[in-house]
Amino acid sequence: MSFEPLLTKHVREPNSFTLDFYLQHEGYDGLRKALAMKPEEVIDLVKASGLRGRGGAGFPTGMKWQFVDKKSPNPKYIACNADESEPGTFKDHLLMERNPHLLIEGCAIGCYAIGAKIAYIYIRGEFFHVQQVLERAIDEAYARGFLGKNVLGSGFDCDVYVHRGAGAYEAGEETALLESLEGKRAQPRNKPPFPAVVGLYGCPTAVNNVETLANVPIILMKGAEWYSKLGPEKNGGPKLFCISGHVKRPGVYEAPMTVTLGELINERAGGVRDGRTLKAVIPGGSSVPILLPTQLDTQASFDGVQKAGSLLGSAGIIVLDDTTCMVWLAENLLHFYRHESCGKCTPCREGTDWLYKILRKIERGAGQMSDLDLLTSVANNIAGKTLCAFGDAAVTPVLTTLKHFRHEYEAHIKEGHCTLPADWRARQGVATHP
Amino acid sequence: MSFHPKMTYGAAFHKSARDLDPDRDQGPPFEYTAENRARFDRIVQRYPDAQRRSAVLPALYLVQYQQGHITASAMRYVAGLLGITPADVEDVVSFYSMFYTKPVGRFVLQVCRTLSCALNGAERVTEELSAKLGIKPGETDPSGTFTLIEVECLGACDRAPVVMVNDAWHECLTPGDAAKLVDDLKARGEAALSGCHHVVEKK
Ligand SMILES: Cc1cc2nc3c(=O)[nH]c(=O)nc-3n(C[C@H](O)[C@H](O)[C@H](O)COP(=O)(O)O)c2cc1C
Ligand code: SF4
Ligand code: FES
Repeated sequence: MSFEPLLTKHVREPNSFTLDFYLQHEGYDGLRKALAMKPEEVIDLVKASGLRGRGGAGFPTGMKWQFVDKKSPNPKYIACNADESEPGTFKDHLLMERNPHLLIEGCAIGCYAIGAKIAYIYIRGEFFHVQQVLERAIDEAYARGFLGKNVLGSGFDCDVYVHRGAGAYEAGEETALLESLEGKRAQPRNKPPFPAVVGLYGCPTAVNNVETLANVPIILMKGAEWYSKLGPEKNGGPKLFCISGHVKRPGVYEAPMTVTLGELINERAGGVRDGRTLKAVIPGGSSVPILLPTQLDTQASFDGVQKAGSLLGSAGIIVLDDTTCMVWLAENLLHFYRHESCGKCTPCREGTDWLYKILRKIERGAGQMSDLDLLTSVANNIAGKTLCAFGDAAVTPVLTTLKHFRHEYEAHIKEGHCTLPADWRARQGVATHP
Repeated sequence: MSFHPKMTYGAAFHKSARDLDPDRDQGPPFEYTAENRARFDRIVQRYPDAQRRSAVLPALYLVQYQQGHITASAMRYVAGLLGITPADVEDVVSFYSMFYTKPVGRFVLQVCRTLSCALNGAERVTEELSAKLGIKPGETDPSGTFTLIEVECLGACDRAPVVMVNDAWHECLTPGDAAKLVDDLKARGEAALSGCHHVVEKK
């Protein structure tokens, strides 16, 4: 079956981000269709399409919208998650930069469906150039009546605002995002209550990822049935895959989720560089278990990757070739998690620091065999014992490399140095972080 | 109501209302320029009236653009505008990595050090920049022109290794280019940066 990209078809064309360009390509027709329906009908349509959240967990979006407490006397909100900080993920970046009106249209439809009047797009602080594109697009949409009071003469009011974060991975967690939007530290709340009931300012709120909302206008245009049939059962619709690491053509590739990891890596991204061989693949952003080259025929769908023992997560596929030292990899990622832990719960705050220190010691060749059990023990005292999913995410790089590449840890300890020093690594080791 | 008969809650000093470290204040008290004040007034309208606090991040960005970093005096000023305590503001400033509480150089070189960039030589880029500037990550060179820092994944891993310079991007560096970037920045300022490669239009 030949597949025509829906989200990224025009992203390489000049002016693809302008309203005029968007209108020449059926732009805002989805919103028109939605406004002719009842809000409940829009929710039913999204439910029927089977759209699953693209932010990481793959939760059905229609259901999330239905949980928004309609009877609440308080205002309702959409909080669009544009924090995109999971290492290996850069799809929302491309979407917002080159196709911002698709997201704005999705926000407006989402607001209409759940009875909200305001959508806040929470964008990570580093995406300043993206924010400028988005804000210009929002101004255009206001000027032409797609946002603001009485949208397209329907009587529906809708405002979309961009809210800039300031450098915190944890702000991507949905309740931490709401805290940050309220002007506090990005530290998660206890769940339940879920944001659909008690969200932003204590009001019912739907938190949706950028790519999720960008799929909504497509569902309105193409219909729920067409959409759900694109891809395997329960994994319908187009999906953006981010491929980075040791490949010839890193980038964002769009495909239905019938595609396999092997097709994405070897055909779309050109495979590993000449003279090197594939060692391992992290299929869903830094926080998911590693898959091995023998698993390349895994279907790159939520359910397919899960069946193979990992998670599709944010579809950030990081490709590792034979020059990669797995102890170094775990150290690199734990540096990330140690830095980004929000500090609210002790196992995560203290544990990630310990994991990093032990890994660093082993990587430098100063480890002992007992350190391997210590790593496992610290990891198991974090996993499942924290407030948010960050804790589980942070220990995964340690446990998964220990599981598949324990011999590399042992070699470091026995030889007293890294046995795979690659030329792309620093000559001194990362001398900067004691 | 007080649970302790000898302690009057609410009336006396409370920790969260404490003054920020006065040593950090230098020069006259902070105030927005007229333009920034107007910007602030516009931004605050995006949030419900009772939720002015939501504007704390944008308000702090305005401070940082105005004077380069965030002082205790500026935190008190922002707290006053938003109707929260200086400690509330300090809490936020100290949490988010993009706010500076000390002066930084004219160009802040932020090298992404996370996995996809590291797999493509980010550590070498940091090494080269460090050698060229004679400073370690986290430091500013004596002329006050460059600050070098390592940051975590910037969300552009397909163009690794990425360096962010102030708010702008420079992509696909090799260690050799890194030293050249320093010279180019000195000569041409931010115009020397590659920008985000998705911008296909040439301005
Ligand atoms: C530590 C952590 C970080 C997260 N970061 C992001 C993120 O950067 N972007 C995102 O869309 N979702 C992120 N999520 C998932 C969100 O919590 C939430 O599930 C998602 O925004 C829901 O949107 P969706 O249903 O459209 O996927 C993160 C979750 C956790 C636990
Ligand atoms: S698990 Fe980590 S990131 Fe999540 S709330 Fe606890 S300390 Fe914060
Ligand atoms: S790892 Fe450097 S941008 Fe993602």
